[in-house]
Amino acid sequence: MRVLLIEDDRQTADYLLRGLAETGAVTDHVADGRAGLLQAASGEYDALVVDRMLPGLDGVGIVRTLRASGNRTPVLFLSALGEVDDRVAGLRAGGDDYLVKPFAFSELHARLEALLRRGKADTPETCLRVADLEMDLLKREVTRAGREIRLQPREFRLLEYLVRHADQVVTRTMLLEQVWDYHFDPQTNVIDVHISRLRSKIDKDFEPPLLQTVRGVGYMLRGA
Amino acid sequence: MSDTGHPPSALRARAANTLRSSTFRLAVLYVLLLGVSVGILMAFIYWSTAGYMDRQTAATIEAEIRGLAEQYRRRGLAGLSSVISERVARDPVGSSVYLLVDDNLERLAGNLDRWPTGFPGSEGWIRFRLRERGPDRAEEHAARGQVFLLRGGLRLLVGRDVRDLEATRALILDALAWGLAITAALALLGGWVMSAGVMRRLEIINQTAGKIMAGDLSRRIPLNGSGDDFDELAENLNRMLERIEQLMAGVRQVSDNIAHDLRTPLTRVRTKLELLYNELEDCENARSLAGEAIADAEEMLGTFNALLRIARIESGARRAAFARVDLGALMEDLAELYEPLAAEKGQSLTLRLDGPAQVMGDRDLLFQALVNLVDNAIKYTPPRGTIALAVASREDGVILTIRDSGPGIPPEARERVLDRFVRLDDSRSTPGSGLGLSLVKAALDLHQASIALGGDADGLLVTIRFRDARSPAA
Repeated sequence: MRVLLIEDDRQTADYLLRGLAETGAVTDHVADGRAGLLQAASGEYDALVVDRMLPGLDGVGIVRTLRASGNRTPVLFLSALGEVDDRVAGLRAGGDDYLVKPFAFSELHARLEALLRRGKADTPETCLRVADLEMDLLKREVTRAGREIRLQPREFRLLEYLVRHADQVVTRTMLLEQVWDYHFDPQTNVIDVHISRLRSKIDKDFEPPLLQTVRGVGYMLRGA
Repeated sequence: MSDTGHPPSALRARAANTLRSSTFRLAVLYVLLLGVSVGILMAFIYWSTAGYMDRQTAATIEAEIRGLAEQYRRRGLAGLSSVISERVARDPVGSSVYLLVDDNLERLAGNLDRWPTGFPGSEGWIRFRLRERGPDRAEEHAARGQVFLLRGGLRLLVGRDVRDLEATRALILDALAWGLAITAALALLGGWVMSAGVMRRLEIINQTAGKIMAGDLSRRIPLNGSGDDFDELAENLNRMLERIEQLMAGVRQVSDNIAHDLRTPLTRVRTKLELLYNELEDCENARSLAGEAIADAEEMLGTFNALLRIARIESGARRAAFARVDLGALMEDLAELYEPLAAEKGQSLTLRLDGPAQVMGDRDLLFQALVNLVDNAIKYTPPRGTIALAVASREDGVILTIRDSGPGIPPEARERVLDRFVRLDDSRSTPGSGLGLSLVKAALDLHQASIALGGDADGLLVTIRFRDARSPAA
């Protein structure tokens, strides 16, 4: 995985570079907006992590220029501006996701992986599969090891998101955003209860367990 | 049952309010003061008009008596009688009264038949009734006179018919009484107008103070530009408010700065701990310690983030992102999100929707506020309790209610729990930052919605009122 980080804050950049190196990603770093745009336009990156406020050219400007020139590299915005309209402005300009500073590295990593996966799955699928779990998106049916599992509509969406991001960590905030469509940081264990309900349906009578808790971060549906 | 206007008790209360109002009291005081002043003035006018006429009459009578006594001394009884007859003849109307009697009260001369009953007062004045022999009927009217004793036991009475005098006096009294009544009426009106003017300006100050106490610290008392005492008072109060606002902003700024400045290094600590956690794959003990440290850092970050979120909400910037929000759909999402958590505790979570419930607002923020409230309701309600959510659409807005069957909040603490960092558990040992309800309050304030904590020992009832969003054009 090749990532370009465009971030002018030295400290943030250092932590991100170190963290990304841990995960095995190859990361380039640029501190200036204009230089960042030139580098990003070379097109050799799998994902861009772009700060919104930069010297030279701001993050929104970089992404707007890239998109106008046909570059589709997934972009994750970083910003200290956390308000709804800032987020909307970032996403409208062509960003794919938005993370408010300060953030946990694990949250950034989880979102980055989700972006990479999204980039690959361009063709709409009708059937998703992880290990012996199958989801038929047209019939809205779920089976594991050939046995049918009955899910509520919301549980179906939750599982679909987890399956689409199998083998990646997804955070509670990501789930609230993607499955429930509400954007805020849930300081509550309410998501956990939904997960444990889902777990009891897809894992209880089967081996091995697929839905795992990643301590302090979120959850992962493990297919391998 | 239909509502038949104000109940009597409400009317009584309103009447009592009017009587107690400063406007009324000032007006009455004004009337009393002016009434007393005008009364004294009128008494003086009366004394100097009616009194003057009295004194004039008395002086004429005294002069006449002196003249008649002089005649008697010089010309004897016959002379006096002829002078009296002469004078009677000169006055056909009979406004002057003369009577000369001997010591047996037998009439010797004059135009009065009998010596009047009644005794003269200390200065020799006598009041009596005069019978007039009119063409139709006999009328009586008042007269007054002076009695003079002559030598030889003779008595002389000289008097005046005071009918005209009395009539004039009555006229003056009448005019004075009317004058007093009109003065009182004008004073009442003037007093009312004057004190109402004063009171209106006080009322404006009061209303502004009320709005400021309700939380809008940016309000100021309007000046009317006259530079009078009220303007000066308003100006001083405004300066005071300015100062308070600055201090408040300062305090808030400091706490926001602390939160902001501590948040960044704390995030770094958390990130480092995470890296450490991943490095420690072989050492289970150290790994679990690092995990706990991450959880602690997470909790602190949560508190700082909540503080900063409240500060941002209070700054009002999010109002720019307001859009139409369907509170019914929001509550449905909320009930659906929390149903499993309630079910896990054996609680029943119900939702009742009543009519469309659209308001202008920030969907995420409202949801977050409601999440905090329902989270609390589930946390504090014992197993197998109930949590009832309801949305009701009314003429004047939308009402959301959240009722639980937990221990409730004692009435004296209900205001307090909406403040920052306040928790009813004084040992502060239960998890949570004490910021949840402050965030709710800030979010609802931004939406100009009110929140009321009520209920009783059987549980807490949270009532949220939104003003109608249907009226403004979309």
